[in-house]
Amino acid sequence: MQSNRFNPARIVHYTATVLSLAACVLAWHWATTRHVNLGLVTFQNVPTPGDVLEAAVALVESPKLGQHLGASVARVFAGFAGAAVTGVLLGLVIGRSRRLESVLLPPLEVLRPIPAVAWIPLAILMFPSSEMSMVFITFIGALFPILLNTIHGVEGVDGRLVASARSLGAGRWSIFTEVVLPGAAPGIVTGLAIGMGTAWFCLVTAEMISGQFGIGYYTWASYTIQNYPEIIVGMLFIGAIGMGSSVLVKQAGNLFLPWYHLQRKTS
Amino acid sequence: MNQTSLQASSDERRLLDQGAAGGIEIEHLTIRLGEGASAFDAVQDVSLSIRPGEFVCVLGPSGCGKSTLLGGLAGHWQPGSGSIRVDGETVAGPHPDRGLVFQHHTLFPWKRVLDNVAFGLKMKGVGRQERTARAREMLELVGLQGFESRYPVQLSGGMQQRVEIARVLINQPRVMLMDEPFGALDAQTRLRMQELLLDVWRRVGTTIVFITHDIDEALFLADRIVVMSPRPGRIVEELPIDFARPRQADLVTSPQFTQLKRHCLALLHPHANIVPLERLSPLGPARH
Repeated sequence: MQSNRFNPARIVHYTATVLSLAACVLAWHWATTRHVNLGLVTFQNVPTPGDVLEAAVALVESPKLGQHLGASVARVFAGFAGAAVTGVLLGLVIGRSRRLESVLLPPLEVLRPIPAVAWIPLAILMFPSSEMSMVFITFIGALFPILLNTIHGVEGVDGRLVASARSLGAGRWSIFTEVVLPGAAPGIVTGLAIGMGTAWFCLVTAEMISGQFGIGYYTWASYTIQNYPEIIVGMLFIGAIGMGSSVLVKQAGNLFLPWYHLQRKTS
Repeated sequence: MNQTSLQASSDERRLLDQGAAGGIEIEHLTIRLGEGASAFDAVQDVSLSIRPGEFVCVLGPSGCGKSTLLGGLAGHWQPGSGSIRVDGETVAGPHPDRGLVFQHHTLFPWKRVLDNVAFGLKMKGVGRQERTARAREMLELVGLQGFESRYPVQLSGGMQQRVEIARVLINQPRVMLMDEPFGALDAQTRLRMQELLLDVWRRVGTTIVFITHDIDEALFLADRIVVMSPRPGRIVEELPIDFARPRQADLVTSPQFTQLKRHCLALLHPHANIVPLERLSPLGPARH
């Protein structure tokens, strides 16, 4: 492991990553300080990296950051937890039973392409508390990737393993717990990681509903009061936290799947 | 000390139990596969009687219905007509009494070797401590002590098949059904596995029905070879093989062996030009 960290291929890889990011920031800086106007797109009102950094420092130093983050994290995790339970249970049932699939899947397929933002009016009407309606939006965002990956995982379980378990004496329930569930686990973990990402993805949408705190609310409010650098600070925060928590879910899931990584390494 | 002597006596009883069981009676068996107009008799009017503890090899070209016959014995295919009985009981479906081993292993990739082997006992509700102890015994039987905590993917092909055999044998099956179990192994490993299988069989005494298209393999292993012909799958000849046991690898160079091999080649040859049946496994296509 130690020698791996210093091998030349890795150094080249990391250098390329850093250079590419630096080039993007540099291009951004150039376009905004020169007020580049390309006709189709204009950078005249876009804040510069310097302004954004300043706004970010101000936010980090203000006591409000904790409240914004705390509110957002609580919403995302509540929505994600609900989506994880619902998505995995529904996915297991749908993937396992053809009859239930034909009953349960059609309505879900109709709902799936509806974007989270289109749910806002209905969410406000359905839930008396605005907190609940915001959680519902992140729930909707996370549900479908979890559901679809779980179904995919269950349907991908090798039929030979099921048959072999049966001839070794496994009954219906044992086949489910000993074969189907572990066999579908890699798919479920992938679904959870993507679902965590999409929950954050829907956060600005959710926090448009109302509120005082929340990183999405902060982003949206900055736009309405014309604090343009803060918009980008909010965007970057959401991106970073979304990516971070998605990776966290994937890592946590992988702790339970040591066999899966061995398999991928050797094949 | 006391425990080991207890263990030994239960081992002996197990051997006796198995010595008394595992007789197979197949009478006028026909198995039809496919639907509608494309249906055909994969096995036609097969009658075969196998003694408890006998090692029978079913030899035939690919697509002659020998795997279907094994699938019928396992309980994965229902007979169209005729009957299959094991120790007098009609075969109705898959059962741990009839263990199956395939060419491509069906070990659970998420279970360690020990837990794979112990699976059958877990299904019977045996406690963790006892099933671990017995799984260790089984692994020792197939020469895999020290590999308990590996995952299947960390083993070679031959080792995976040994785990598969241990996993089947822990259920103390009356019959072990093997469908070209060594077909995917390299020649060296296959030979070692054949010797290992004979050694294991000598010690547990279970009946073995072994499917192969490899004449050398059949001659080396079997008490009796059943030769099948394709389209429809029928038995064309039964050959008793009385080479002395234990058999060594150099048996294959002896004149009697060569003579029998020539005979088998002649039996199989007339069917060389027949298009083999599509391979229909009850477990679906192997994923490899």
